[in-house]
Amino acid sequence: MTDTTTPEQFGSSRVKRGLAEMLKGGVIMDVVTAEQARIAEDAGAVAVMALERVPADIRSQGGVARMSDPDLIDSIRAEVSIPVMAKARIGHFVEAQVLQALEVDYIDESEVLSPADYVNHIDKWNFTIPFVCGATNLGEALRRITEGAAMIRSKGEAGTGDVSEATKHIRTIKGEIARLSSLTKDELYVAAKELQAPYELVAEIASTGKLPVVLFTAGGVATPADAAMMMQLGADGVFVGSGIFKSGNPQERANAIVKAVAFYDDAKIIADVSRGLGEAMVGINVSDLPAPHRLSERGW
Amino acid sequence: MSVGVLALQGDFREHATVLRSLGSEVTLVRRPEELAGVTGLVIPGGESSVMDKLTRLFGLAEPLRVAVAAGLPVYGTCAGLIMLADTVLDGIRGQQSIGGLDISVRRNAFGSQTASFETDLDIPVLGETPVHAVFIRAPVVESVGPLATSLATVADGRCVAVEQGNLLGTSFHPEITGEYRFHEYFLRKVRSAAFRG
Repeated sequence: MTDTTTPEQFGSSRVKRGLAEMLKGGVIMDVVTAEQARIAEDAGAVAVMALERVPADIRSQGGVARMSDPDLIDSIRAEVSIPVMAKARIGHFVEAQVLQALEVDYIDESEVLSPADYVNHIDKWNFTIPFVCGATNLGEALRRITEGAAMIRSKGEAGTGDVSEATKHIRTIKGEIARLSSLTKDELYVAAKELQAPYELVAEIASTGKLPVVLFTAGGVATPADAAMMMQLGADGVFVGSGIFKSGNPQERANAIVKAVAFYDDAKIIADVSRGLGEAMVGINVSDLPAPHRLSERGW
Repeated sequence: MSVGVLALQGDFREHATVLRSLGSEVTLVRRPEELAGVTGLVIPGGESSVMDKLTRLFGLAEPLRVAVAAGLPVYGTCAGLIMLADTVLDGIRGQQSIGGLDISVRRNAFGSQTASFETDLDIPVLGETPVHAVFIRAPVVESVGPLATSLATVADGRCVAVEQGNLLGTSFHPEITGEYRFHEYFLRKVRSAAFRG
């Protein structure tokens, strides 16, 4: 006997991955107050990331960085109608449970916060809410997808305003995908072993030539040209953390980055929107950062 | 004959893929001049407030209104449905729409992402086989004016698909489920409009 009516299904992979599909071609902005969230929404952000401190401040103030206060998240949710994301510590499944209960739209299991588990990431299949996770290379991306991530962002080096690590990570992921496409079937078994990822997923990517989830770029994007470069390198969209609200004129810079992402291949428009934006965030060269202070090395 | 897909933000590539697999040529539309040659237009899923802002900033909103008024076939999914609605409830501050459909839509009518879902819908104009529909922070059509026709409702009776002359809108996303019947239905409108034109 077959039932002709299927019940409504919540939290399926298609629904989780689907929201990320709708964010493509957009800019997701870090905000620490409801007022900043309002500026971001007015500027054309596709979503905001609600947090207590932007990565640049986490970096300069030090200490343990944790999930934000629910009151702050609620105040930002009340202010805007675009999707609201929030960060949980790597492996901190209870922070994730709390964020799901707060009905944010996406959880970022993020290396920007202090890890809560140095062995395991969150089992993301246990949740109705979708997760985005960071990755520096294809193997890391595939391990996160295997754990249930519905969206990947290349990590870059958050809070620096130095785009070089973002460039390195998106190029690495794209390059490794291209390489898989050129391998024969017997070579894919070894590739799966080297990537430390399930063979089925590796074989799928070799045949489709892309990740099964949306790939954004993050970590060091500070200018419209930075954002457009990430898009030209194959990102589906861009996270901008400290780059907007640590700059001289957040409103104008937010507007400009949104336009540069939509017209990422039009240098004339990128030139126009780059005029008169005032001071960019003060940067830190990643090469000056001692290894223990590199956030991208958190997560495995 | 080329069908346009508004490509400022959202899942425009998925729509382009479906249209191409149905034999259409596709033009990605971001500038007014790219709208000039198209015989139909799809407005994809995405964030309606961003599409509204970018269509106005880059001079597309007015040409779009003129084209809709002149009878250009347009199909909008999710954010695209919002763009085609005459009235948008719960828009962001200052949000506008292109309009054309005699309806009021409410953004995020089901709630946050945890309330997003997939289900099967009976849609008689597309045949007996139910349509598998994915709703992602989806809008609903709160009121259908006399010029528009409801094509589908969810279990609680709320309208999620409408048609009005050459305009078609759905709260859900056929472009990500491999459901081609809406695009076929839309391309029939495109062909008959081109034939009449």
